[in-house]
Amino acid sequence: MSLLPYLTAGWIFLVGVHGIATSRNLVHAVGCLAVTQSSTYVLLLAVGYRKGATAPVFSDLPTDAPVVDPVVQALALTDVVVGATVTALLLALVVQTAKRHGTVDPDELSELKG
Amino acid sequence: MDRLLPLIVVVPLLGAAVLVAAGRHAPRPVAEAVAGLAAAASAGLAVAALAGPPGVSWVGAWRPQGGHSVGIVLVGDRIGLGLAALTSLLVVAVLAYSWRYFDEPPHGHGGAFPALVLLFQAGMCGFALTGDLFDAFVFFELMGVVGYALTGYRVEEARPVQGALVFGFVNSLGGYATLLGIGLLYARTGELGMAQVGRELDEAAGAAGHGADALVVAAFVLVLTGLLVKAAAVPFHFWLPDTHAVAPTPVCMLLSGVMVEMGGYGAARVWTTVFAGPGGVPAAGARRTLLVLGVASALVGALMCWQQRHVKRLLAFSTVAHTGLFLTGIALLTPHGVAGTALYVLGHAGAKAALFACTGILLDRHGSVDECELHGKGRDTPFTGLLFAAGGLALAGLPPFGTGLGKALVEEQSPWLPALFVLVSAVTGGAVLRVGARVFLGAGQAGREDDEGPETAGGEEEPETGRRVRRPPVPMVTVAALLLAASLAVGTVPALTGAVTAAAEAFTDHAGYAAAVLDGGPAGRPEGPYDWWTWTGAGLGLLSAALAVALAARSVGLSSRAVPWSAPLRRLHSGHVGDYVAWTVAGIGLVSLLALW
Amino acid sequence: MTRRLRLWVLNAGLLATAALYAAACTGLPGFGGSRHPYGDRAVRTALQQHTANAVSSVNFDQRAFDTLGEETVLFACVLGTVVLLRQTRGEKRVPPEPAGVPAALRRYGLLVLPVTLLIGLYVIAHGQLSPGGGFQGGVVVATSLHLLYIAVDYKALERVRPLGLFELADGTGEAAYVLLGAAGLIAGSAYLANTLPLGTFNTLSSGGTVPLLNAAVGVEVTSAVVVLLAHFLGQALEIEGEDGDAKDGGRTA
Repeated sequence: MSLLPYLTAGWIFLVGVHGIATSRNLVHAVGCLAVTQSSTYVLLLAVGYRKGATAPVFSDLPTDAPVVDPVVQALALTDVVVGATVTALLLALVVQTAKRHGTVDPDELSELKG
Repeated sequence: MDRLLPLIVVVPLLGAAVLVAAGRHAPRPVAEAVAGLAAAASAGLAVAALAGPPGVSWVGAWRPQGGHSVGIVLVGDRIGLGLAALTSLLVVAVLAYSWRYFDEPPHGHGGAFPALVLLFQAGMCGFALTGDLFDAFVFFELMGVVGYALTGYRVEEARPVQGALVFGFVNSLGGYATLLGIGLLYARTGELGMAQVGRELDEAAGAAGHGADALVVAAFVLVLTGLLVKAAAVPFHFWLPDTHAVAPTPVCMLLSGVMVEMGGYGAARVWTTVFAGPGGVPAAGARRTLLVLGVASALVGALMCWQQRHVKRLLAFSTVAHTGLFLTGIALLTPHGVAGTALYVLGHAGAKAALFACTGILLDRHGSVDECELHGKGRDTPFTGLLFAAGGLALAGLPPFGTGLGKALVEEQSPWLPALFVLVSAVTGGAVLRVGARVFLGAGQAGREDDEGPETAGGEEEPETGRRVRRPPVPMVTVAALLLAASLAVGTVPALTGAVTAAAEAFTDHAGYAAAVLDGGPAGRPEGPYDWWTWTGAGLGLLSAALAVALAARSVGLSSRAVPWSAPLRRLHSGHVGDYVAWTVAGIGLVSLLALW
Repeated sequence: MTRRLRLWVLNAGLLATAALYAAACTGLPGFGGSRHPYGDRAVRTALQQHTANAVSSVNFDQRAFDTLGEETVLFACVLGTVVLLRQTRGEKRVPPEPAGVPAALRRYGLLVLPVTLLIGLYVIAHGQLSPGGGFQGGVVVATSLHLLYIAVDYKALERVRPLGLFELADGTGEAAYVLLGAAGLIAGSAYLANTLPLGTFNTLSSGGTVPLLNAAVGVEVTSAVVVLLAHFLGQALEIEGEDGDAKDGGRTA
């Protein structure tokens, strides 16, 4: 099953989206968005994996040792930072939503429609 | 000059950093001066780069060797640079608009608003200039993060936080889909640069003797998803009206004026550089996707725009309609389609930002953006009314506004396009003129308060100036007038059309882009002959403007704006995050069907 | 839209997306394959740049512009959160009551605080040599300060957390990265070019500008996380609405 890691990434994306769309609590929905995003980490790291290779850090490795792709690791790091910031901002908005609307249930937010 | 390209992105960042570090103690005029200076410097750099020959800048001096590089490239092609220049100039206008009057929160957050605007500028300029897929994602997210914060800026009120949340969820989801697509492309090609990925796809196709396979199509669909969310194409558009109706007015000017257009630009850029070659997706599939979504957005946007009483929401739906037209122009995938669209975007940015500026003045004077409540209240400010009406006519495509010229150039590309463009321009322009006639002339009835069907009213909003102002503040009116003048200039300076046409030819050249980036080939095209105003184009512009006036005149007397059979469509715009997310994934499915068919 | 209709739209979309993605997976190279052209170039370049941690070489040298964007996203998020979680009109700040902490927890917290702080600084400083760097270390440093909140109380945390100073550091970290990039231009090369001497491989001073950019990010991330948490904690512990809907006064034991 050499496709399993890739398919796992897709599965995480789908369950995350399902979670956001059916959530009854905005804090939970923000969590689901973070789950959705983690699919991208899994895909990136899976793409960069190389059989029998180790981490791309040469402080205690011979310089010709096989290592996994460092580029995707750098991308995943960037991605993590982006994910954390988006989560923080959305949670800040949820805090204010709870104060202004008195609820964090998306079904009860009805100020904007039509 | 090429080496200086990163400075267009970086100067606003430095300005924002200074404002955050010193903002607590700097008095407001100083903070605003620093912000204005940083934005203007970036605008100056972009304009200077446009004046010179096009070039590329490899950040970190990681120039390619044998067509491969480990670095990131910024590409100073005319369309991307032009968009960066437009963004920066609009930011300067926005900072001038909010100068002194825009109410800033107390308690030592003095420089926060201008700092956020500068970060927004940096995000958009970075996105416009980058030639690297992952770097584009980073700047896409920067635009997003700043956008959510700016939308929710007025946390004292209930609606902005809801609008910002919806914006955050849908845009982030789109961004993650894009990143999945980038991951797929990296797995296939082992590259991240747009030119490099495009070239690898073409070489792989040449070696295997076949075109696109499922992986390339899926990557295309996923990458496009985030960009179409940003471009607010149906059915990814639901966040836009909720966001633009509630964001502070200066922010709306940026969101509608350039940010949404960045989505269309991104879609076009990714298509031409990555997927347009033999190893990409077939042109027919890409054209069908953009065309269907573009036409649907234009029609849905126009229909919804007509029925709004919340003036900012009305303008927001007109943005959906117009980005639909932009996508339609891009969908032609021809230099003329791109050139016309680029001029249309320039003209639209001026007109739409001016309309938001006028609406902001209404909000600050009367504490309302509701068409019914404002009835007749603008009678004492004829000049603002004049600007509002001019903005409406510009949206309708009246010659010689830049919107009219762009519309005319795109329409000529296909025999059925004029019908769509005239209809959508007339309805959106007519809706604006209807509001203008009611508010500034007091024409017709005030309109019933209890219209049937779901709708968002615009009464009881907090003025953004802290308290209501008595007369329209001079900077706000001046900015609106200048923006309209700029929109007019786009359609009256022939040299601009010549430059844009040459730029569009370079923009749509798949192999030429890769050669310019990777092999140091010429990045631009010499200016050749170009189309300008024709009698047909001007006639169609006059026709849509006349239709807009007629629609407005006919409807001011009616008590209801509702189009009876459209109630189900209005109900879909529910403001519910779950609904919008469901539509976004359904959109992924729809785009895959359209691309594959 | 009714819940039922939403589920239909959602499931149709999910099915289509699943089909599209699964089809794409069949075209992916097998998991663990050996073809990584960009990765191989990045490793070669990292060694040539005397940067033992290849990931840091990608982050702070080869694709340093991405990292500038990434740092800016965090910077923007902090600024956005400060604005969104500000004390609004009609809200007041009420200092939370001191809370009792079990002696064992207090001893443990005060013991691990300096160790955590040291580890964080180590991770930042050794970003070019070993796994870690400014982002990871910055988070650890910021967290270590918050051990005071766990082990003593909110007041103690506030004493080591002068917000004005951390906001200044936040801006300074961002500005430092931007200006270090400009140094490359001034040196006659490109923006963010690594123009410093590369030093001896596998020592603290190796990698040219990598350790400097790393430090700038470390300063920015540390102060960003502190400011970010300060505003969330402020909302949870201090800020009360006008109707006096008292928050639970902090961590009640």
